[in-house]
Amino acid sequence: MTESSENKTANGEVCHRATNGIKPGRNGLVKNHYLYQQQQQQKCCHPDEKVHHVACNGGLYSRPFNESFEETPMLVAVLTYMGYGILTIFGYLRDFLRDWKIEKCHIAREREEQRDFVPLYQDFENFYTRNLYMRVRDSWNRPICSVPGAKVDLVERVSHDYNWTFDYTGKVVKDVINMGSYNYLGFAENTGVCADAAAEVTTKYGIGVSSTRQEMGNLDRHEELEKLVAKFLGVESAMAFGMGFATNSMNIPALTGKGCLILSDELNHASLVLGARLSGSTIRVFKHNNMQSLEKLLRDAIVHGQPRTHRPWKKILILVEGIYSMEGSIVRLPEVIALKKKYKAYLYLDEAHSIGALGPNGRGVVDYFGLDSRDVDIMMGTFTKSFGAAGGYIGGKKELIDYLRTHSHSAVYATSMSPPVVEQIITSMKCIMGEDGTTIGRDRVQQLAENTTYFRRKLQEMGFIIYGNDDSPVVPMMLYMPAKIGAFGREMLKRNIGVVVVGFPATPIIESRARFCISAAHTKEMLDTALSVISEVGDLLQLKYSRHRILPSLDRPFDETTYEESED
Amino acid sequence: MDVKNLKEYLCWLYYQYLLITGIYVLEPWEQSIFNTVLFTMVAMVIYTSYVFVPIHVRLALEFFSGLCGGQPESTVALMN
Repeated sequence: MTESSENKTANGEVCHRATNGIKPGRNGLVKNHYLYQQQQQQKCCHPDEKVHHVACNGGLYSRPFNESFEETPMLVAVLTYMGYGILTIFGYLRDFLRDWKIEKCHIAREREEQRDFVPLYQDFENFYTRNLYMRVRDSWNRPICSVPGAKVDLVERVSHDYNWTFDYTGKVVKDVINMGSYNYLGFAENTGVCADAAAEVTTKYGIGVSSTRQEMGNLDRHEELEKLVAKFLGVESAMAFGMGFATNSMNIPALTGKGCLILSDELNHASLVLGARLSGSTIRVFKHNNMQSLEKLLRDAIVHGQPRTHRPWKKILILVEGIYSMEGSIVRLPEVIALKKKYKAYLYLDEAHSIGALGPNGRGVVDYFGLDSRDVDIMMGTFTKSFGAAGGYIGGKKELIDYLRTHSHSAVYATSMSPPVVEQIITSMKCIMGEDGTTIGRDRVQQLAENTTYFRRKLQEMGFIIYGNDDSPVVPMMLYMPAKIGAFGREMLKRNIGVVVVGFPATPIIESRARFCISAAHTKEMLDTALSVISEVGDLLQLKYSRHRILPSLDRPFDETTYEESED
Repeated sequence: MDVKNLKEYLCWLYYQYLLITGIYVLEPWEQSIFNTVLFTMVAMVIYTSYVFVPIHVRLALEFFSGLCGGQPESTVALMN
């Protein structure tokens, strides 16, 4: 690792500098006075020793880039494995009882007459669902009965058979502080400008035309939306889709195919993974946000070409996300762009979480780093999060968008977007851009940045282990032990706070976490209430694991085995 | 007052035990199985150590004293 950073320093493309003790700049303020020139400090490092960067800032970054992933304490890791071990033993006991018909089986299972067929419910995921997830199921999929803004009303439910079935009591849990919605700018409202505009459009256009954009489904609102999105992103042209997931999974196959290479971050969202797989291209995965790993893959791809034939790759596409929703980390975009330019690859940036939530103008991660959006070949994002609507977009050069309009499956076959949804996006986007003549949008972006910094700082001070970048509104807090996942969700709801807890299939098995999503709609009082409750529950459940040994993200342990075998 | 505090502390301790072992999420009958098994094992370990540790300690002491000292405890007895 150190070796490759030495290489980089030598050829002057990327440089690193440790910034110990410099406070991160606020999201909403551009601080350009932290510009660092290239230092020769890497020269003195022996290739074998670990360089401990606290942050990795070079001439490419206009602001401190502080990302931390604190190491799991050894004792906690051991206890977590022990907990899973105990639960697994009891899982086998219950499966045994079900098998011998001592206990009634509540969940789908192999039928007697299909005994000799391929087993459907025997892999580990099914075992996990049946014996571990079911026991703490009450912390997930809670039905709500109001708009999921800063506060939300939950439908009260009880279970008399340990979460196999739920009964609704008919009561409503009022005013639960919502720390779980991707409502970054607080546009999930049922009153206000956006809602009024959407209602007006509903009466004028109806709720949909049940036809594709290429047939009768193309309305003037769609055209306006696409022009607005292109303007918002600062790209030549853009197009909108009715479904965010399909934007990724259906457009990547249109862009790459056989003989192309996709370099994908290991923590990319399922939609990107699906799209990459559907495209039929070769996929190679680089370590999360690790530029050394990416550069190595790029260099190998160019040197060796395609396997066996050694022909050059037709295209090399780098897939990254703006904010990674499970880690709360922000992509090292300046370095990715530098690498992409150096090796002449294409870059696909998924801004599902970062659009609206990052940058002084709310224009995503490109704005956050103060870069030119023309350097990113394909700008993808969703309207689901910050804009409080549904759907996704792709922005880029006009040729790219024209090509996608005719070749993308989700453009050709999908029904066009519903006009009220389109109107919600247009109104909220105009609000963020300040085109409605108010500063509401700007204030919200500012408010979100302040809330994020405040919330993250407070949690860190309390001694929780928080992952991710200091400016990311996604705040994952580590819980680790399986019982604490369920207990945290329940105890927080008891104290009237709704949180999202995340366990195994979405995270590595020992890294269970709670994920808070900060919104501009959260007031200081709400955040303070939430923080005091989190602290209280944290004391109760002994969650304050942090030993304040903040590890730099570069030194996150990773095994070298997944690298390609060639070592130069 | 102290009794109440102690009781609260014990409750808290039991809660931590539930969380760390993971049996917090289990059904009561499974919890009691786990507790019974654990209690039996601990009790057996304690009983075994109560029965055998003193013997082993005594034997070890004798062995080491024979190894290091080698001297009779009192020379007075020899004279008689």
